[in-house]
Amino acid sequence: MKIHIPNSAFLGNIDPFLRNFGTSNPDTLEITANKQWISIHPMVIAMIAALGLSLKPKQVHCETMEARSKHYLKRMGLFDFLKIDSGIEITEHESAGRFIPLKQITNSEKLTEFITEVVPLLHLSPKHTEPIRYILSELMRNVFEHAVSKIGVIMCAQYYKKSNTIRIGIIDRGVGILNTISALHKAKTDLEAIRLALTPGITGTTKRIGGTDYNAGAGLFFIKSIATVNKDFFVIYSGNGMYKLLKADNKKSVRLHADPFKDKHSKGENFPYWQGTAVGIDINLDSTEEFSLLLDLIRKSYSKAVKEQRKAYYKAKFI
Amino acid sequence: MKIIKLLPKTGIFAENKDIAREIRIKYITPTLEKNEEITLDFEGVESATQSFVHALISELIRNFGNEVLNNIYFKNCNKSVQEIINIVVDYMQAAT
Repeated sequence: MKIHIPNSAFLGNIDPFLRNFGTSNPDTLEITANKQWISIHPMVIAMIAALGLSLKPKQVHCETMEARSKHYLKRMGLFDFLKIDSGIEITEHESAGRFIPLKQITNSEKLTEFITEVVPLLHLSPKHTEPIRYILSELMRNVFEHAVSKIGVIMCAQYYKKSNTIRIGIIDRGVGILNTISALHKAKTDLEAIRLALTPGITGTTKRIGGTDYNAGAGLFFIKSIATVNKDFFVIYSGNGMYKLLKADNKKSVRLHADPFKDKHSKGENFPYWQGTAVGIDINLDSTEEFSLLLDLIRKSYSKAVKEQRKAYYKAKFI
Repeated sequence: MKIIKLLPKTGIFAENKDIAREIRIKYITPTLEKNEEITLDFEGVESATQSFVHALISELIRNFGNEVLNNIYFKNCNKSVQEIINIVVDYMQAAT
């Protein structure tokens, strides 16, 4: 596998980074990087860490980093995850209030511990804490329930003062969304499966709309809705498929669609194959709605969407 | 009436579905089966996920019918928790 860390890769311009990911020779990982400056989204760092975790250190080849911002990768813990000596020396400053370095979380109990102990370190106001811990909990719990990821879930997050935004990456190397969804629903491609996974009421655990006692098929719809209402980016990449919720126009009123393809988005189904699922989300703290107002919007659209799903699901077949 | 205090079981952020399912199976379902009322006291719980509330009450609505909501009281819920409970109650009734 080959991965090149570019000069810039955030959710808005992440497509070239994903398209450059080389999937041949899965027993080795070759990492190269821009020589001047590296400025990348936590999703990118978490993806590289997840790739490295699946290999032994001797299978990972990382060129000597020259970019002036190389210390950032070191501070986020990337080289520790890859178990390689980067030769980069840094003085570690307190991470609290600025970032969550790479974490590997392997089960439900450890997730609860993480949410309880780590999220407060971001020093956010209650208004901002609520959506962020909500997103972290739901996305990571999804991995434990559906992904069958041997490495569990890899995450990291960074606060960007200039844009007052928290950027989060959550990655697994499990079976992928298509594998989970197509066991019970009609999906032939990764992108079709991503579309269904984002649709309210559809879960990989039952054909029944509305889910089981344990799964409602609502988690990803909620996350997408939070991003939609706050006019933030949200990317989900699994297999060869990638869906990106684009920032909505600030002047337009928000509509929450059951079908993610009706939201302002971009998508592709011929990306290099990612074993598992990679998710990136940005939360702009300037535009964060009060969480209860946001939930009220979701409530108004959700039941309607489930009813429509039911209607669609049980249509009579006339031949 | 049986009262279940959630905070000692869930912490301030009620997100662990395994705990929700355990509360439902251990405490709520047996009470409702006896046709008794139950209060779920969210005092001190700052927020909850839809997944948690779904695992807590969706099966009750599915198994006992919508009328079961006459026997369940949600106490000391802040606005966010109320919204999440309303979402689950609404969509479960839409789906049944």
